[in-house]
Amino acid sequence: MRIFHWRRGLLPIFALFPVILMFMSGFFLAGQEPAGDKTEAKSQFFDQNEKCFRCHGSSKYTYYNKVNDKEVTAMMCDNRVMRRDEFYAANHKSFACFDCHAAEYDTFPHPGELRMENPYNCIDCHGNDEQYTKYQFEEIEKEFQQSTHYTANGDAFNCWKCHNPHSYKINIRNSENITRAISYDNHICLNCHSVFERFQLLTDRKEINLLQKHEWLPNQALHFSQVRCIECHARLNDSLLVAHRIMPKDKAVKRCVECHSQNSLLMSSLYKYQAKENRTQAGFLNAIILNNAFVIGANRNILLNKISIVVFSITLGLILIHLILSRIYKKRV
Amino acid sequence: MVEKVYHYPLWIRLWHLANALLCLALIISGVSMQFSEPDRPLIRFDLAVTMHNISAILLSINYLFFLVANRFSGNHKHYRISEKNYIGMLLKQFRYYTVEIFNGGKASFPVSADRKFNPLQQFSYIIIMYGCLPLIFVTGWAMLFPEIIIQDVFGISGLFITDLLHIITGFTVSFFLIVHIYFCTMGIKPSSLFKGMINGWVEVH
Repeated sequence: MRIFHWRRGLLPIFALFPVILMFMSGFFLAGQEPAGDKTEAKSQFFDQNEKCFRCHGSSKYTYYNKVNDKEVTAMMCDNRVMRRDEFYAANHKSFACFDCHAAEYDTFPHPGELRMENPYNCIDCHGNDEQYTKYQFEEIEKEFQQSTHYTANGDAFNCWKCHNPHSYKINIRNSENITRAISYDNHICLNCHSVFERFQLLTDRKEINLLQKHEWLPNQALHFSQVRCIECHARLNDSLLVAHRIMPKDKAVKRCVECHSQNSLLMSSLYKYQAKENRTQAGFLNAIILNNAFVIGANRNILLNKISIVVFSITLGLILIHLILSRIYKKRV
Repeated sequence: MVEKVYHYPLWIRLWHLANALLCLALIISGVSMQFSEPDRPLIRFDLAVTMHNISAILLSINYLFFLVANRFSGNHKHYRISEKNYIGMLLKQFRYYTVEIFNGGKASFPVSADRKFNPLQQFSYIIIMYGCLPLIFVTGWAMLFPEIIIQDVFGISGLFITDLLHIITGFTVSFFLIVHIYFCTMGIKPSSLFKGMINGWVEVH
């Protein structure tokens, strides 16, 4: 009769192993996510803005045609549609439309020449303003002007190409969910780089298949969902939270160890804002990354490393002692 | 007088050789990835990843071969624990290795035609072959296809738990390898057991 059936005896231990580790790892985990913007204040310009949203708030609009005395329903051009929910959740939610757009838009049909006006850029309002010092718009402007977007397109490429002032909201700084923040950020790039109609507005290049271009990247889908495009495609600037100097493709980061190492580049880019929690001596190195992913080479459990070194040293030490004792006693026997 | 028992048929020797080489490749590439540094890489990261992936796939195939061959050759009987006082046997073997071996004492469970492994050997092989290796395969293959991993386990990244389990098991296998190699010097002569794994014949008293 068997008194110890190895399968019955060992399986429960192995089944419990992940559970024990799960609780242990929870103990080691460090890092907090910043609180998001919970403001739900209604804009004081809500009613005034409705004059614009009545037409621009949906994909169709209705107007009275005086010429033939008829009410007409027409389609609104996609790029003229502004969603109310997006606008009132965006950074500029407290604005009146006429803060940025000419008051003459009050009339319909809108005067044609208004379209020729230059729109404001970020720096026009935010530049040299103490209230916005922490965002460093001046430095962002400098970096942007050295980016491949600007050097290749000049003024045809402005802030608006990436940051739609009607819907843009501060992302990485306020995000409660880093994966969602990554997706939001990457969507900005993909908005042009994966939609050929928009891409060809700025270039005569052929359509680019991003998946094929990034075929060399192991675990491509995982990389795309866990890091932003700019992690590899923008040059880091120590004084900026988000790098704005997008580099030409041949200058993109291609060495895996830039991120997969103790001094992971991600700590100076994607996790820069949360990096204050970094390097907890008892737990995980680059612990903040662990909130979202496990980056081989970047996350190292310091305790685990120490345990492994101690166990290996003890093992080698015991083997050495055993070996020496064997030699000594062999001679005697 | 020294006798010889044919304990390691060709399939075991070939399997063992592949197992040893692939485990070494996996440990070296695994350590290189885990402790990767841009300025002093053991193996360049992308090469280490490729080396680790290919070796792991081959080791998985080799392991499946072991499971099938072990079952149908009858060799699996050496991996069965059926003795009543097994813990006592483990302690006895432990005592032999730590005390009696120095006094010229005879092995408590010597290798014979019927006994291939002593209890400690058997126990450690069972843990490695049927505990650690399946766990390292499951976690390793999961990381090869990370989309199948549960994203969030009680608020902790599933990928992180999988990776941690993989690393800890990898460490255990590395630890086993060192001890295994040392204990293999404890044959009739230090080289006996190594020779046995090459030509199949193990020397016994």
